[in-house]
Amino acid sequence: MAPNSESGGGQPGGDAAKWYELFSRGARDWLRHDEKVRESVRQHLPQIVAGGELINGGSRTVRVPIRMLEHYHFRLRRPEEQQGAGQGKVKPGDVLADPSRQRGPGEKGPGGQDEGEVQLLLEFKIDDIVDWLWEEMQLPNLKARVGPSEDSEWVREGWDRRGARSRLDRRRSFKELVKRRGAPGATPTFTDEDLRFRQLARRRQPAIHAVAFFLLDVSGSMSDRDRKLAKTFFFWVVQGLRREYRSLETVFVAHTTEAWEFTEAEFFQVSGTGGTVASTGFAKVQEIIDERYNPNRCNIYLFYASDGDNSVSDAADAREGLSAIAEDACFTGYVEVSSGLSRQLATETGRLFADLSAAGCAAGSYALNDFDDVWGAVRHFFSAEGRAEEAASP
Amino acid sequence: MTDNTWQSYTRRIEELAARSGLKFHPVDFEAVPDTFMMEIAVYGLPVRMPHWSFGVRYIYQLIQRHMGHSRLFEVVFPGNPGHAYLASSNGLAENILVTAHVLGHADFSRNNLLFQRCQEQVSEHIVEHAANHARQIQQAIETHGLQRVEAVLDAALALEQHIDVDQSLRRTRYPEYVEDKKSLEEDGFRKRFAQLDPAAASTGVEHKKRAPIPPHSERDLLWFVAQYAPEMESWERDIFLAVREESFYFYPVFATQIMNEGWASYWHARLLREAEFVPQQAYLDAIKCHSDVVRPVAADQQVALSINPYHLGFAMWEKIVEKEGLEAARNIMIQDDDFAFVRNHLTRELAEELNLFRYSARNDGQIKVLEPDLTALHEAVLGPKYNFGAPTVSAKHVRNDGTLELVHDYTLDARGLDLERSRKVLDYLQRVWRRPVQLTTTNQAGLALELTAP
Repeated sequence: MAPNSESGGGQPGGDAAKWYELFSRGARDWLRHDEKVRESVRQHLPQIVAGGELINGGSRTVRVPIRMLEHYHFRLRRPEEQQGAGQGKVKPGDVLADPSRQRGPGEKGPGGQDEGEVQLLLEFKIDDIVDWLWEEMQLPNLKARVGPSEDSEWVREGWDRRGARSRLDRRRSFKELVKRRGAPGATPTFTDEDLRFRQLARRRQPAIHAVAFFLLDVSGSMSDRDRKLAKTFFFWVVQGLRREYRSLETVFVAHTTEAWEFTEAEFFQVSGTGGTVASTGFAKVQEIIDERYNPNRCNIYLFYASDGDNSVSDAADAREGLSAIAEDACFTGYVEVSSGLSRQLATETGRLFADLSAAGCAAGSYALNDFDDVWGAVRHFFSAEGRAEEAASP
Repeated sequence: MTDNTWQSYTRRIEELAARSGLKFHPVDFEAVPDTFMMEIAVYGLPVRMPHWSFGVRYIYQLIQRHMGHSRLFEVVFPGNPGHAYLASSNGLAENILVTAHVLGHADFSRNNLLFQRCQEQVSEHIVEHAANHARQIQQAIETHGLQRVEAVLDAALALEQHIDVDQSLRRTRYPEYVEDKKSLEEDGFRKRFAQLDPAAASTGVEHKKRAPIPPHSERDLLWFVAQYAPEMESWERDIFLAVREESFYFYPVFATQIMNEGWASYWHARLLREAEFVPQQAYLDAIKCHSDVVRPVAADQQVALSINPYHLGFAMWEKIVEKEGLEAARNIMIQDDDFAFVRNHLTRELAEELNLFRYSARNDGQIKVLEPDLTALHEAVLGPKYNFGAPTVSAKHVRNDGTLELVHDYTLDARGLDLERSRKVLDYLQRVWRRPVQLTTTNQAGLALELTAP
């Protein structure tokens, strides 16, 4: 080795000879890059999560494809036509293939200047996302209304020297053996002293069941985008409720002048034609509640998404139907998805919920015009629900 | 161990190089793992400040390496002594070649005037300086937090090409006052007035005028921001000046790449030919390695849309030495940078011999070979090298409210800036300038356009 070789290392504290084998600056800055990506993804979650079958989908993670961040410099605009110098046997007038375009049809733009397109696929746990959001928006955690009808469960708790053979904890027992013998040199022989058995304890748990009804107006006036907005909103509502309820059931009901129950997969595909009679939807929800859910044992939530136009002749029926549900439900919410027309709840259905709220029921409404509003809506409902809850519990 | 074997050749190659007329500072050779080689390539210096953008480059480099595209044999840093890092995966033949190559670089960086001038500024210890900067910034992160330091680095590194190497690295602030020329002039009236009452005449004229900032458009943006940002803290200014110092080091490397790589390649080939002490097999392997390095086009291609600087420089130096002799070649090496080198010595015959051509690439992907035109070919080769490869943006004025006005000289660059990117740079800059920042450039239609942040 050259005598002066470590002077380039420049690390404090002398023996810098091989520091680079222990530490990678590249990896450190790479991690920082990924961290920044995560931060920026966090800010655009509603749009990102809007697509896909996510509500009851088996996976609890979202995969988000992202471009690498660019550190920006002043650059000239891409010209229509650019000159360059190359090398090879060609004649003037020859037309050449752009090698950067041969990579595949999906590839966009010439690679040379843009450093090629590298996409990262980041995986986010939905639970993490929801935790961030709740933290960031300082949303209250919901409390279950219905008193605990007890449910018990066996939970692991500690070890004992005696127990059933099947509960022998081998790892733990081996540790005991090592502790006793000092070193694991020769063939270990266990004594009864070493054996440890897992213990179980009975733990009481409140049986909390909740059901969320998602009622969607699919009449002709609801556009594709409106439905997608509603879907995004519903998704986050489910996530919020799941934070509190370990078993949350979801029911999907769509209505035009009639109402039907759907599976989730079908639900967002449904599109109807014709008018809007909201009372049919409420009646259907009521019917399902009566049939399957006992309001005394179960927390009921209703979220209704519509563009707000209800048939005038239906006003009285709708009011009645909704009030009936509101009596049983922990909370009823209404989102008005009227992309384009921002009427801000000054609609038939809007008034219905406003009156309900004025009458002291746990109800809330929000106008949803854009994907950026989804957070606002989620925040609105969960804080409204939080308030209603505080008011309800002395 | 291979390590010892190539070390035993180093001395003899150095002696041979010195006998052949190369004049270089001693070089410390160090064999380092490939992973570290890769980091040196990414950061440009063995130890350099942390920033996430290096992480991005690191990922690209990893991908490239994965695809087997790039293999680094050596990285050398000029200085006294110089530092050369060799990949520990190099074989004996590669290391012999690389040693000779490094000595070519060492000769170049010691004698080339542009290198000399910049080295006078940044001293011959850039490697140590950069490591110091890194430590300084690490301390800043500990004191002020990552977010704040990163905001400063975002801005400083975004402007890293915007320096003025014609000015001193340690340049002083502008004079604060303009000399009031009028008061110095003795006109007839003032003379007669002074005769009337000498006391009154001497008092009234002593008024100085504050100079505008900047007094002329300033293209050294890193320096200007560090000196004149209204509310920057001193540690933030230090970061700007640290980045600027490193840019002063990088400039000659950038502006003489063709010459420098060509010179080193010329000498590794020549020294190898003359080194009788190298065993036959190692010589053959080394020559094969040489031809891979100076290959004009990638193995699987017929035509390249870019020119390999190693190849071009190597071919040009061979031609110059053949025609004008080694002494003339040395003089050219001392005096030129790539601009002069290419314009003066890339001749029509050589361009034809090397099959160099000019093409135009349209946005829709069509690429067409153009008629040969030597001057235009020079410009096509040199085009990406002007102004450190960056658009000409300069600081023009600071308003009374602290607003910074930047101007892009779009007549010089022939087209406007990429607006999206420029806006982001303004955002970075605004965070350290802490007052509005404005930039004038031109839009697609050629009309002047103002961007502002915030």
